[in-house]
Amino acid sequence: MDLRDLGAPELDWRRTAGGALADRARKVLGSVGVRPLAPDAVSSRRHRGEGADPIGRYRIEVATPRSRLFAVAGACLLAVLLALPAFGSRNLINELIFVFTMLALAQYWNLLAGYAGLVSVGQQAFVGLGGYLLFALTIHQGLDPLVAILTAGAITAVLAVPTALVVFRLRGAYFAIGTWVVAEVFRLVLAQFKGLGGGTGTSLPPSVTNEVAGIAWVKALFGVSTSAARDIITYWAALALAAGTVLLVYLILRSRYGLALAAIRDSERAAESVGVDNFKTKLKVYIAAAAGTGLVGALIYLQKARISPDAAFSVADWTANVIFIVVIGGIGTIEGPIVGVLVFYVLQTNLAHWGTWYLILIGAFAIAIMLLAPRGIWGYLAERHGLALFPVRRRLIANAPDGRRGAPTPSQRAEPGSWAGEEISVSVWGGFRL
Amino acid sequence: MIGTLNTVLQGVMLGGLYALFAAGLSLIFGIMRLVNLAHGDLIVLAAFVVLGLMHALGLDPFLATLVAMPVLAAFGYALQHLLLNRTLGRDILPPLLVTFGLSIIIQNGLLETFSADSQRLKAGAIEVASVELVPGLAVGVIQLVTLASAVGVILGLNLLFYRTELGRAFRATSDDPEIAQLMGIDNRHIFALAMAVAMAVIAVSALYLGMRANFDPTIGPARLIYAFEAVIIGGLGSFWGTLAGGVIIGVAQTVGAAINPEWQVLAGHLAFLAVLVLRPRGLFPRGSE
Repeated sequence: MDLRDLGAPELDWRRTAGGALADRARKVLGSVGVRPLAPDAVSSRRHRGEGADPIGRYRIEVATPRSRLFAVAGACLLAVLLALPAFGSRNLINELIFVFTMLALAQYWNLLAGYAGLVSVGQQAFVGLGGYLLFALTIHQGLDPLVAILTAGAITAVLAVPTALVVFRLRGAYFAIGTWVVAEVFRLVLAQFKGLGGGTGTSLPPSVTNEVAGIAWVKALFGVSTSAARDIITYWAALALAAGTVLLVYLILRSRYGLALAAIRDSERAAESVGVDNFKTKLKVYIAAAAGTGLVGALIYLQKARISPDAAFSVADWTANVIFIVVIGGIGTIEGPIVGVLVFYVLQTNLAHWGTWYLILIGAFAIAIMLLAPRGIWGYLAERHGLALFPVRRRLIANAPDGRRGAPTPSQRAEPGSWAGEEISVSVWGGFRL
Repeated sequence: MIGTLNTVLQGVMLGGLYALFAAGLSLIFGIMRLVNLAHGDLIVLAAFVVLGLMHALGLDPFLATLVAMPVLAAFGYALQHLLLNRTLGRDILPPLLVTFGLSIIIQNGLLETFSADSQRLKAGAIEVASVELVPGLAVGVIQLVTLASAVGVILGLNLLFYRTELGRAFRATSDDPEIAQLMGIDNRHIFALAMAVAMAVIAVSALYLGMRANFDPTIGPARLIYAFEAVIIGGLGSFWGTLAGGVIIGVAQTVGAAINPEWQVLAGHLAFLAVLVLRPRGLFPRGSE
């Protein structure tokens, strides 16, 4: 972890001499009511980053004027998307289902790799499991597809626990290939289930796909055919899943877990030394990502209505594409996957007919981004213009000398990251490389 | 009885091939802590290079491999120097993602150039020749030569590592790249040389991959996984452990296939997971890492 994580003021501290630096750190911390290395002393209210230290010289904020504006715009966009089936074409609905499901997958992978440092190339394990569970629960248990999707997510979470206990024995890059092996095991095992079509796969019977809850209501509401009504319900489910995922990731990152995750990402050893339980935190993130990925997988295969082991556990479709989306957009940011999925969608709709050349281009593009702009498109823009649509960073804002809330000075606005009261101690002492 | 013995023997022979796959991966990881996700695709690429040389120069597979080795080694040096060296650092993400991108590029480049058709390195009479060890128990000559080559390559790598000046530089860079640099070693050159050696080993493994069975541009990732499993089972940093790991995967696969042909690959993976749960650091761990 380095000093930049603390936020604005220490960008200046960096230029001061060592002793003065420590002095000033203590002063600033004191002024917001924090004793260094005494996290208990800070009220949890400061987590929300609002209104700390009303009479002091500094306060902590998370939201920016731009992000408040964006929250309003985002809510409007969500309302339009919700009403879209009333005026959008069926083709558009289907394309958006693809965008939303890929966005949700990308957010979960980003949570794993960008925040928890768990670079997995085996998330197709959970897409495939979710899909197969949907088929098993609807065909053999007779559950309603929407109920089956939720159940599939829950079962995937349970299956992720033993998986985690095996792959967590590997670290770093070996973890990545280990997750791939596990995904292969799931693929080969599911190919043995003759009731689910074995190696060649199977289809959802119309009795399942035509009896999704609410289908009659949607038919009556929009005056559409059964299959169009099914697409609309799938669309709403995909929208809810994508929006819910973004919101969930945002709330996680703003919570204590988010701070623990950022600490782990920056330095596992330093995080451990200030009391973060790395193993438990990573385990929770892994299970949450597995459950979410399983939900998305079930939804994807409700729409496809046909499943086979090779497609459901495809590393290219469910992991390579997802990694591309996150890396292009900007790893370690919530906005990155959103930007990435739009770029990916445009590239795919326009260039996919190039076949192998399209894939070569995608691979080369990912390599170029990783070497030239490792923080992706969003990371690059955010760094240059201080953008944050989903602000998760606590910023220290200097109040005006007379105690009123003053406008932050430019240098204070240019902070890449900042922390709530109790975590300030983490950052500062981490910065000293104690 | 003979049947079981035969199954195990075939597995040991197959393990020789996996050990060859794994030796290159182990070498790269040992020296620069780089996990090369394109390793399997590089093996397939090398097989196509050997195939191309056979057609262009009218050589048999062994001679074509001898010609391919320096070419591929030079390619490996350039690849490391121009691309992979830039990804090395504290962060594990850049090397993983860059080699992942490389894997996609190689696969699709090969598909574009050679189509998805299955290919084979035709070696003539040796393909069907076999040796009868005891009455009723025979092994193919190619299988025997594969295992012998694996032992030879690992012996050679050990000699290179522990008996030569270059090996000393490899070990020094692996132990502490910064101090090695202070001692006048150019890390980037050493890394590139390591990749060159790895590519030469890859050429040998490609020869046996192509002579023993059909190959096409998409089979690389599966070879990467077998190689990786052999490295982890053997214990990081041990070449002989890698051989043992390859043999364990090979035997697990042939035994699995003997029970049910669909279980061949699955049995190998399950053997790997079992070792991971019981001996997370592998069977022959080295050093304290």
